[in-house]
Amino acid sequence: MSRTLIRRRIVDWVALFFAGAATLFGLFWLAWILWTTFSEGASALKPSLFTEMTPPPGADGGLLNAFYGSAVMVLLGIVIGTPIGIAAGTYLAEHGRYSKLAATTRFINDILLSAPSIVIGLFIYVLVVGPSGHFSGLAGALALAMILIPVVVRTTDEALRLVPDQMREAGFALGLPRWQVTSLILYKAARAGIVTGVLLGLARISGETAPLLFTALGNQFWSAGLDAPLASVPVVIFQYAMSPYDEWHALAWAGAFVLTAFVLLLNLVVRLFARKGSKT
Amino acid sequence: MRDEAAGGTAAPVAVRGGIVDRLYGLTTAGAAWLVLVLLAGTAASMAWGGRQAFATFGLGFIASRDWNPVAQQFGALVPIYGTLVTSAIALLIAIPVSIGIALFLTDIAPRWTRGPIAIAIELLAAVPSIIYGMWGLFVFAPFMAAHVEPWLIAHVGDKALIGPLFSGAPIGIGMLTAGIVLGIMIIPFIASVARDVFNAVPPALKEAAVALGSTRWEILSRVTLPYTRSAIVGAIFLGLGRALGETMAVTFVLGNAHDFSISLLMPSNSIAAAIANEFTEADTDLYRSSLIALAFLLFIITLIVLAVAKMMLLRMDRAFGRTH
Repeated sequence: MSRTLIRRRIVDWVALFFAGAATLFGLFWLAWILWTTFSEGASALKPSLFTEMTPPPGADGGLLNAFYGSAVMVLLGIVIGTPIGIAAGTYLAEHGRYSKLAATTRFINDILLSAPSIVIGLFIYVLVVGPSGHFSGLAGALALAMILIPVVVRTTDEALRLVPDQMREAGFALGLPRWQVTSLILYKAARAGIVTGVLLGLARISGETAPLLFTALGNQFWSAGLDAPLASVPVVIFQYAMSPYDEWHALAWAGAFVLTAFVLLLNLVVRLFARKGSKT
Repeated sequence: MRDEAAGGTAAPVAVRGGIVDRLYGLTTAGAAWLVLVLLAGTAASMAWGGRQAFATFGLGFIASRDWNPVAQQFGALVPIYGTLVTSAIALLIAIPVSIGIALFLTDIAPRWTRGPIAIAIELLAAVPSIIYGMWGLFVFAPFMAAHVEPWLIAHVGDKALIGPLFSGAPIGIGMLTAGIVLGIMIIPFIASVARDVFNAVPPALKEAAVALGSTRWEILSRVTLPYTRSAIVGAIFLGLGRALGETMAVTFVLGNAHDFSISLLMPSNSIAAAIANEFTEADTDLYRSSLIALAFLLFIITLIVLAVAKMMLLRMDRAFGRTH
């Protein structure tokens, strides 16, 4: 073997080694973060987590009001954001497929998808909290909906464009108007993709903290109304983790455990399901 | 309606379908407009909310390092500097690692392991940022303070030029720790785009390189990377956009300090962290306006970065003949 060949081989091995090391590097952090969350969280888990309210400093309690508030705001966010997202996605893929508006919206939507969520929280603050004069669960739900919308727009757009044009043509050939072709045929064909998008969006907004800080604020006590400050799991984790009290730290870890387990399981199930669906 | 179509003339159905069609088109177009309005509205409301700060301090707002709520003096230099430095550290870590991961997943890993590894890497992006923050505060920052930073201070801190970057006390909380956590967080975003474009390189190009006797490293560095250059730059800007706006993780490990320091080991601030920490405590209009003005700056910077990212990725799509 010539010397250049040996040198090239060595460079190649080093490069391949680094590629493998980079992958291990990425997986290493995932493992470390999950191990910390699960080991700290599992030791802090207890039944009262789901039956008692968030406690004052130094006392024992649970996260019931935070779980409730999170569930309410996330569900309301889904209810508000999903129809808007699907409608906009439908415009991009169907009604306005080759229009300027669709091209612009697609571009802007991808930017909105990665926009800083803290700024979205401030936007809702200026829009809703400022004029109404108080923080509210409704404002929190609106902020979450605004984060969900670009996710749903994008997945709806992609799922609809994967439907072959023959299906549209077959619908038109039957004399169906466009809205029936879309709602009766195309949504059915693209259902798996759209549902995947909504569920991934659900996972995403469940863990969002920054947009809730200035909209729902948080609430130490039970409050069922949407018109008042509402507790949420991520915000409680933030407040309790930043506090100097050990009881609060334990509760924060327990909340982090439940939240992470929920978000990751949802992600795994949806991705495995989507993978299976795409094969058949 | 379909019964009528089956039983009678087609014309009424076409007319009725026409009206509903138009409504359907208008509704969906309205939803598309709403996406545009949301973005424009966010930028406009931040500019409007921050007008008092811009009017009071003028250009000095971004040039001054004075952030003093008691004296009602607000200058954004420290948070802007902290945002840029932590994002730069994040990119330094994430770029080589992400490209390595993409290469590993497209060319090296045994085929059956590629799916599971790719999902695991994507899970890094699914972990809520508050979890990164907690882990950073309780586990990673103490680790940095105990093992990494003392070594840096002892061995790098006395060097010329870069020494001042690594001086001070090993407290774990600071720009270096925040930058590393950010780097971990943006790896999945860059890696998944890079993997997709690596996979999209025409096999004929790679096969030609193989036929010429290239090693895998030579294929990557001389065929794949030049061919996918614009998309890789796009992926990097996408990661940068994420890093600039990331809030919770940074808030936990950056220390919320408004003192300017050159050392990466010292506490600092970022735009997003300053807003998260101080907005609910801002007790004057000028204080609140200054924080919204910060949000405006952050929003505009990330918009530009993300727009560049998107354009670079679109250019790659066009090269492949995909138009969407």
